[in-house]
Amino acid sequence: MSFISYLINGISLGSVYAIIALGYTMVYGIAKMLNFAHGDVIMVGGFTIFFAVSMQGWPPVIGVLLAVVLCTILGITIEYIAYRPLRQAASSLAVLITAIGVSYFLQNIALLIFGANTKAFTSVVNIPALKLADGQIIISGETIVTIISCIIIMIGLTLFINKTKAGQAMLAVSEDKGAAQLMGINVNATISLTFAIGSALAAIAGMLLCSAYPSLTPYTGSMPGIKAFVAAVFGGIGSIPGALIGGIVLGIIEILSKAYISSQMADAIVFMVLIIVLLVKPTGILGRKIQEKV
Amino acid sequence: MKKLKLTKNLKDNIITYGIVIAAYIIIQLMSATGNISSLMQGLLVPLCVYVILAISLNLTVGILGELSLGHAGFMCVGAFTGAFFSKCMQDIITIDILRFILAILIGAVCAGAIGFLIGMPVLRLKGDYLAIVTLAFGEIIKNIINVLYIGRDSRGFHFSMKDSISLGLESDGTVIINGAQGITGTPKDSTFTIGIVLIIITLIIVLNLIHSRDGRAIMSIRDNLIAAESVGINITKYKLMAFSISAALAGVAGVLYSHNLSSLMATPKNFGYNMSIMILVFVVLGGIGNIRGSMIASVVLTLLPELLRGLSNYRMLIYSIILIVMMLFNWAPKFIELREKYSIKRLIKKPKEVQ
Repeated sequence: MSFISYLINGISLGSVYAIIALGYTMVYGIAKMLNFAHGDVIMVGGFTIFFAVSMQGWPPVIGVLLAVVLCTILGITIEYIAYRPLRQAASSLAVLITAIGVSYFLQNIALLIFGANTKAFTSVVNIPALKLADGQIIISGETIVTIISCIIIMIGLTLFINKTKAGQAMLAVSEDKGAAQLMGINVNATISLTFAIGSALAAIAGMLLCSAYPSLTPYTGSMPGIKAFVAAVFGGIGSIPGALIGGIVLGIIEILSKAYISSQMADAIVFMVLIIVLLVKPTGILGRKIQEKV
Repeated sequence: MKKLKLTKNLKDNIITYGIVIAAYIIIQLMSATGNISSLMQGLLVPLCVYVILAISLNLTVGILGELSLGHAGFMCVGAFTGAFFSKCMQDIITIDILRFILAILIGAVCAGAIGFLIGMPVLRLKGDYLAIVTLAFGEIIKNIINVLYIGRDSRGFHFSMKDSISLGLESDGTVIINGAQGITGTPKDSTFTIGIVLIIITLIIVLNLIHSRDGRAIMSIRDNLIAAESVGINITKYKLMAFSISAALAGVAGVLYSHNLSSLMATPKNFGYNMSIMILVFVVLGGIGNIRGSMIASVVLTLLPELLRGLSNYRMLIYSIILIVMMLFNWAPKFIELREKYSIKRLIKKPKEVQ
């Protein structure tokens, strides 16, 4: 029975990773850059909700909405100031380092405003826990909300990309920027939109992550951010179903190895699985193989 | 023509070595006259460590052209093997300098061997995939060292991955590597002079490699892999060569680092991916492929937070803003255009063109 509850916890954690990984994978697919600051946008989302709900006493719904709006604006601003000028730069490493700079910047802003000590985050989820099999399996309200939001986001995003004009524009830009521009697609606006969606998802992920693991520091976002990036690579970067699969597999592996092998080695095991997958299939589970041209 | 080019290389190298030696002499003079604060005194060895790390990472990123985010992992291997050796040999080899040199060699060989082993499968990947896998390896190394227990008693060495009690030591035994507590009581052998000597040795190895036949082969892989392969360059051999030399030099930096501390622990702060990223920042800001640039950048960026200490809380914020602005200024095409328009070089050169 305990195995099933570990599995459910794993799926729950994996859903959070999947939502974060979506942000990475979309941005990578379109802008071909690693947005290292993505993890810190999660942290900003968490702190916004903390500020609104715990410090000001506003209802959780307003807190979440505020976080989503703020993170969306933040994402667009970061892209406009820090990444857009470097899009045509000679080295792709330049924008990576800038992203690291933005990540430090966000962490230190949070450090200045809220201080270094850990904040206790009150969960914004008010759903009672579900008891199954005579109370042997308890599924917390947070888990239910996390899994449901992950499913909704996945379906919504797939529909958005395949059915709407803006979504099609995203696909076109990720395929070939120059050709997309010639077809009359506003490339800059499309990239901004991608960052906006990714950051809004990061705010939701921040809410879910902090509700499940109720502690908040300026560095909260960085490790989940890295792991979600691993999940995105694992599933095949640039692929939305890949992010879902990668995230959930990663979450399950992490929780199971914490439970059955060693809590200290859990991260090492997660990374080991990633390496094995990449060595067997170098573009991830659902990644497309890119033919090399001379 | 050929002779001219050779002397240009030579001149370039002499300037690089000259900077290191001049910096050493100035700092020695300053400390002899007592013009150096104790804070700076404590920073001297870490500065040498960072310089070696930046130079060695530049070999992978700049010369080989592959992004590695696991450099701190190799440093970690070097640090722990070096410290382990020194701790074991403390009573046997009493000459400090000899023991330290041996520790450095062992650290370098172990880190290089790990680099070779990791490089074999990993270097098949490219670009960001390679980056994330090297990051993963760095984290794995750190995690393994955190659960590793090694003790020694009259019966020899004991290993465990669980805790120090399960080592089953006899009463006279000592725990050498104590899991997350790491190694304590490493002899403090690192000095600024040794650090500078190691920097110069690193420079000799890297600069000679770059200007050798092997170095040109490595750079040809960076510039065009398929073309290099088609003229008969053994890609795997040269990639592995650059990667393991880079790892071995990171190991040297690690040994220097570990012998500067009385207790060595593998924490996310010193051997985690943040450290790897910090070294990468040195390399990119100093100029990818530019050895002298990465030396200068690592010194400036290490000193910057210390110089900003007066601003206490705001220093890391200012550091991050400077980082972003410098990257934009250095790399954004618009800024480059602007810079060329108003550069001093062009203002001086212009009259010449008219003539």
